Amino acid sequence: MPVIEKRQLLSSEEINRTLQRLAHEIIEESAGAKDLALIGVRRRGVTLAERLVKAIRTFSQKDVPMGILDISLYRDDLSTIGTHPSLQSTEIGFAVDNRDLVIVDDVLYTGRTIRAAMNGLFDLGRPRRIRLCVLIDRGHRELPVEATFIGKTVQTSDSEIVEVRLQEIDGEERVVLVDRVS
Amino acid sequence: MQQLSHLLGIEDLTTEQISFILDQAKPFQEFQRHPLKKLATLRGKTVAVAFFEPSTRTRISFTTAASRLGADTMALQAESSSLKKGESLIDTVRTIEAMRPDGIVIRHSSSGAPEFVAQRLEIPVLNAGDGTHEHPTQALLDALTIRDRKGKLEGWNVTILGDVLHSRVARSNIHLLTKFGAHITLCGPAMWVPRELETLAPNLRRTSCLESALEGADVVMVLRVQTERIHEPALAADEYVLGYQLTAQRLRLARPDALVLHPGPMIRGLEIDPAVADGPQSCVLEQVTNGLAVRMALLYHLIGGAPLDAPHPAKDRGNASD
Repeated sequence: MPVIEKRQLLSSEEINRTLQRLAHEIIEESAGAKDLALIGVRRRGVTLAERLVKAIRTFSQKDVPMGILDISLYRDDLSTIGTHPSLQSTEIGFAVDNRDLVIVDDVLYTGRTIRAAMNGLFDLGRPRRIRLCVLIDRGHRELPVEATFIGKTVQTSDSEIVEVRLQEIDGEERVVLVDRVS
Repeated sequence: MQQLSHLLGIEDLTTEQISFILDQAKPFQEFQRHPLKKLATLRGKTVAVAFFEPSTRTRISFTTAASRLGADTMALQAESSSLKKGESLIDTVRTIEAMRPDGIVIRHSSSGAPEFVAQRLEIPVLNAGDGTHEHPTQALLDALTIRDRKGKLEGWNVTILGDVLHSRVARSNIHLLTKFGAHITLCGPAMWVPRELETLAPNLRRTSCLESALEGADVVMVLRVQTERIHEPALAADEYVLGYQLTAQRLRLARPDALVLHPGPMIRGLEIDPAVADGPQSCVLEQVTNGLAVRMALLYHLIGGAPLDAPHPAKDRGNASD
């Protein structure tokens, strides 16, 4: 699919600053971070959650546990896809019962990924609370899902795509808005 | 990688396809430890489980795998089916197909039956054992067990012990393991390890001496003595025990970290000594759990996707996975 870059939404430095702010917000609003744990949604949510855990450790000396969630089995569009997506492991090394969980993902769009992530978490137990942290909220929700912690809200059209590129995965660090060339 | 549309046997799979299936079983191994073992992934899909030959464990494993993925199952068992009344295989499966299942799992006493069915039905066919031909899910779960316990699948010395001639488990395992460079030794009474087996794969060694077969083995696969498939006069049970039972003492000839696998059902005191079956080298129960994981992975990938040429709604929109 040919795409054209329209504009940069966040630079490398802005991503870093945004994550620092989000890390502070999560701690401030988690009452001492008791039972707090982050859940990174594959794939980029994992990298972002890792960075948030690191940032939290640096400024508060708190070690917040982190888990990794693969939502493939919980998608609601499987019967419309020719080939089912390859599965990756879910790695949550702690009991989620009574935990104060924050799901971390890169872009909040229709809300369907987050619905799938919550279903996946409920299969593991009964968290006390689940909140959501995203780097970009681009609107166009199809489900009643909202984020508690938002890096940046962006107005987009339905044809546009928000691409979060992270050093660990993409070899560069920035967020761009691209559009399809028709 | 060539996308699978059926699972008929191991022989025609590539190492890449096999590794993919084993990798895809990993999340389902973890899933078996979940408190809530029920997914909605294949909700609304139906898997026909047609067993034209008695089976307990494989049937329960496939049925449980389908059910944990959220699919419903339609069961057909030889004892209760119209096969007894003389209906042909193809009429039976066409009848099942008319009830619109999304896939069919078949066990049949005739080698090649699943392939015969696959050529005539539009839905994915999974071979749960056909005659003396193949039992692909067993070989896959054995491979997963070996890979997990030993850290890799490639290059082990594998001894397959017992009635190799009549064993589809052995055949599927020979195909799978030789693709990954295993050195395989077939061992049993001479009539059960005939020369013809050498045509199955390169570098097969045959012997009727258990002691020499065990020496240096990294993996010992014990086969069940299959009384139902044997037409020629069988070796007397006590002679078999004497010559071929895997005892703790004999197992010491293998490498100290050798694994013992058995596809079940196990006849303790015949082909295997209870001390070995319950010992630290035995993988028997892991094999059962891994069987569920492998079958869930196969059902997930084979059942329930839209036809490959159907439009992909998610591809028409940005941030599809968000």
